[in-house]
Amino acid sequence: MTDLAQAAVLAQSGSAGEAVFFWILAPVAVAGALGLVLSRQAIHAALSLAVTMMCLAVFYIMQHAPFLGFVQIMVYTGAIMMLFLFVLMLFGRDSKDSMFETLRGQRLFAVLLGVGMAALLSSGLARAVSGLVVAEPAGPAGQGNVERIAEALFSTYLFPFEIVSGVLTVAAVGALMFAHVAKKGGHRGQREHSRERFRPGNYPGPKPGPGVFATSDSTATPALRPDGSIEPASLSEYVPPRQLTPAEAAPKHTEGRDS
Amino acid sequence: MNDPVWLMLVKGVLVFVVLVLLVLFTIWYERRVVAIMQVRPGPNRNGPFGLLQSLADGLKLAFKEDTMPRTADRVVFIAAPVIAVACAFTAFSVVPFGPEVNVFGIETELQLTDFEVSVLVILACSALGVYGIVLAGWASGSAYSLLGALRAAAQVISYEIALGLAVLAVFFQSRLMSTGAIVEAQAEGLPLSLGGAEFTLPGWYFLVLAPSFVIFVIAMVGETNRAPFDLPEAESELVAGFATEYSSLKYASFFLAEYVNMVTMSALAVTLFLGGWAAPFPDSWWPGANEGFMPLVWFFGKVLAFLFFYVWLRGTLPRLRYDQFMNLGWKVLVPVSLVWLMVLAAMNIGLDTGNDLPTRIAFAGGAAIVVMALIFFWPSRKPYEDPAEPDTGLGGFPVPPLDLAVPPNPRSLKQLEPANTSAVPINGSRSTDEKEEG
Repeated sequence: MTDLAQAAVLAQSGSAGEAVFFWILAPVAVAGALGLVLSRQAIHAALSLAVTMMCLAVFYIMQHAPFLGFVQIMVYTGAIMMLFLFVLMLFGRDSKDSMFETLRGQRLFAVLLGVGMAALLSSGLARAVSGLVVAEPAGPAGQGNVERIAEALFSTYLFPFEIVSGVLTVAAVGALMFAHVAKKGGHRGQREHSRERFRPGNYPGPKPGPGVFATSDSTATPALRPDGSIEPASLSEYVPPRQLTPAEAAPKHTEGRDS
Repeated sequence: MNDPVWLMLVKGVLVFVVLVLLVLFTIWYERRVVAIMQVRPGPNRNGPFGLLQSLADGLKLAFKEDTMPRTADRVVFIAAPVIAVACAFTAFSVVPFGPEVNVFGIETELQLTDFEVSVLVILACSALGVYGIVLAGWASGSAYSLLGALRAAAQVISYEIALGLAVLAVFFQSRLMSTGAIVEAQAEGLPLSLGGAEFTLPGWYFLVLAPSFVIFVIAMVGETNRAPFDLPEAESELVAGFATEYSSLKYASFFLAEYVNMVTMSALAVTLFLGGWAAPFPDSWWPGANEGFMPLVWFFGKVLAFLFFYVWLRGTLPRLRYDQFMNLGWKVLVPVSLVWLMVLAAMNIGLDTGNDLPTRIAFAGGAAIVVMALIFFWPSRKPYEDPAEPDTGLGGFPVPPLDLAVPPNPRSLKQLEPANTSAVPINGSRSTDEKEEG
C-alpha cells in the first residue's frame, strides 16, 4: 500500500491528465503482473507480461521520457517478448504447469516467503523514495530527451555500455555455437540435383508406385511393366514383395453380383 | 501541437476515415493494376469502374458465418485481430499530411500529433502489430496457422532490424526524430554547380541516403508481409497461413490491418525519404504549391505511387523461398546497412557539418560505382564457356535423337484385330495374355 500511496503522491505532482492515466493504467499493470504469476498456460503468462511492459512504457512517456518509452515497446515488447512467444509456441499449446507438489508443504512456504520478500522490498523502496521531490529534467535548456540520453550513454556511461553490448554479443555467439550443426558434405544446389537426375543410366521421371498395372494396389505389390515383368524400382526396401497369383486375383463372388 | 479538443477529435476521425477509404480504394486499385498487367479487365461491375467492389466484398464478409475452431483459445482468438487493427491505425497518427493551415480561424498542422520521437511510434506500432498475427496463428490451434505465425514472427523481427537501420541513417542525417521536422529538414534544396551551370537538386533524402532508401523499401515490403515476401500467408504452402481458421469480420480485419500497414509504410517512406508533403518541383515554378491544402495532393500522389510499386512487385515477382528470404535479410540487408551507417558517420565527421553536399554526392556516387564494378568484375566469376558439343541426351538434358523415326503405335494396331473389338474385361484379357506367354 505504501508503494501505491507514494505513487499517488507522485502522480498528483504531475498534471491532472497524468493522474487519470496513472489510475487507469496502474491497475492494468498490476493485473498483468498477477496474471503472469497466476495463469496456467505459458502463453497467457507471457501475454500478461507484455501488457505490464506496455503499461510501464506509457508511464515512461508520461514522465517526459518518450524515447525510453518507445524503445521499451520496440525492444522489450516487440522483440524480446516475441522471442519468448516464439519459443513457447514451438513447445506446443498443450504444455501447462503441473500442479503436483513434489515437496510437501512447498507451496505454503513459497507463499509465505514471497509475501515476506515483497513486504521487505516495498518497505525498503518506500523508505528510500519517500520525501523525494520530483525534479525537472536536468541539463541545459533546449536540449531534448534524446540528446541527454545520448550524452549520458556515450560519455559518462560509455564503458559500462560497451561492456554490456560485448556481453550480449558473446551470449548470442555462444548460443549460435551450441545450436549450430555442421552440414555433412557440401551444399547441393539446384544444379547438382539436376545433374544427378539426368546423369546417364538414371531415369529422370518419378519412380513407379507400387501396384501399378498389378492385380492389387497394396504397398507389398510391386509395379508391373507393360510386358508383365516386375519393375525393380518399385520394390520397397522394407516391405517384402508379394505378387498375387491369378487364382488369388480372380473375383471371389463375395458380393453375389457377378455370376 | 496546442489544438483545442474538438479539433483533435475531428482530426482523429478524419485520419480514421481517410485510412478506411484508402484501404477500400487500394484493394480496388491493386486488383485493377494487376489485371492490367495480366491483360484482363479486373473488377468493373460495382459502381463506376468497379470502384465499389471492395465495399461489396467487405459487406459480403461481414454477413458470413463467424466460425471458431473447437481447439481455439477463445480470448486470444478474438483479441488477435483487434490487436492487429488497433496497431495499424495507431501508427498513422504521426504522419504529416501537410503544413500549417487555417481551420476556422485556428492555425493547425495537418497532422494528428507530433512530438520529439514520433518516428518511433510507427516502428513501435509495427513491432506490436506482429502480436496480432502471431497470436492469431497460435490461438487457432491448427498446424497451418501455427506455421504461418512462426514465419511471421521470424520474418518481421528480421526485417525490422534492416528497417530500423535504414531509418537510423535518416536520424543521422537530419539529427531529428520527429516526422514533421524531418519533412521540413528535407525542404532545402542542394545547390549544385556543374561546369559553371548552377542548379538545385531536391534535398530529399532518397538522393543523399540512396542505399538506405533501397534497404528501407525492401525491408518495408518484408515488414508488411506483401508479395514477394508474403511467406506467412503463402497460399500454395499454408492455405492462408495465420488466417486459415478465421472467417467473417475477423478475417476482414486482418485484411484491413494489412492494407492499412501498406498505406502507413508508404506514408513513412514518403515522409522520410521523398520530402513528405513537399511538391515534386522547385518552389520557383509555382510559389503557392506548398501552402494551404495543396500539399495533400502531393502527399497522396506520392503514397499512391508507392502503393503502385507494391502492386507492381506483386504482379512481377514470384514468392521467395524461406531460406533465400532469410539470407537476404540477415546476410545482405543488415550488413550493408551497418557498413553504410559507418560510412555515413565517417562522412558526417570528415566533412564536418555536412554543408558540402556536392562532395558528399560525389563520395556516395563514387562508392556506388566502385561497389557495382566490384560486383560485375569480381574475379571468381567463371567466364561463360560455349558448350563443346551439342547435347545429345547423354549428360545433358534428354532430347530426342535428330533422326527419330516414330514407331507404329501398338494400340492402334490392336484395335484393328477383330478379337479385341468385343467388350472383354481388362482382367480377363490380361490373364489370357499371360497364359499365352506361359
